[in-house]
Amino acid sequence: MDWQGQKLAEKLMEIFLVAFAIVAFVVGYSIGSFQTMLLIYAAGVLLTTLVTVPNWPFFNRHPLNWLDPSEVERHPKPQPTAAHSSKKKATKQK
Amino acid sequence: MHSFGQRANAIITFSLTIVAVICSLASFSDNFNTPSPTAEIEVSNFNWFQKQRNGNDEVSLTLNISADLQSLFTWNTKQVFVFLAAEYETPQNALNQISLWDAIIPSKEHAKFWIHTSNKYRFIDQGSNLRGKEYNLTLHWHVMPKTGKMFADKIVKTGYRLPEEYR
Repeated sequence: MDWQGQKLAEKLMEIFLVAFAIVAFVVGYSIGSFQTMLLIYAAGVLLTTLVTVPNWPFFNRHPLNWLDPSEVERHPKPQPTAAHSSKKKATKQK
Repeated sequence: MHSFGQRANAIITFSLTIVAVICSLASFSDNFNTPSPTAEIEVSNFNWFQKQRNGNDEVSLTLNISADLQSLFTWNTKQVFVFLAAEYETPQNALNQISLWDAIIPSKEHAKFWIHTSNKYRFIDQGSNLRGKEYNLTLHWHVMPKTGKMFADKIVKTGYRLPEEYR
């Protein structure tokens, strides 16, 4: 799961669970059945688990593009140059 | 959220937090219920009334209890415990309470009832104070919710009097 996918999974989980909790409470309260409330919510948790826990393909739409190793040779690591350090000393002596 | 286990853990903790919240709300919703229970209690007969060998008075009586406690039930009510207590004053104690009968009401359908019974638990005074004693019969109840706060209340019926003589 890529970074965008993780963000999406967390958002989806929060929205789904809160939405199911609200629906379950409203339905349970209006028909006067505590059991119905719990069943609706349990179904919601199960659905949310199925949607957000497995590593579905739609969580992997933004893969990180690492540079190819050959790039290293084309752009060598800059070395600290002697000229640079001598410049600094020169300014200090002033 | 990068692994299966982490996502499973997150969903379990968050969903259980929400369960706690909706249970609190369910308990809070009980406050909107304003019950109006009614009860009638009649003492139809004093079966016997005597002094025990140790000096305590004991009376056996027959009761007619009718009550409508349906309005106590809400969607968050598991059961209602109800008991009938005889309450009277003696020189030693300002309030004596003796439980005479009790019941558990499991559902709203059973909350409107009528029962003809002798006292389930013995009516014994700690002393010899019962002759001619005026007493109250009080129907107490405890509403036991599925989640949250327990409620208790009572109906006091006054003006009952025990016989002047043992029989």
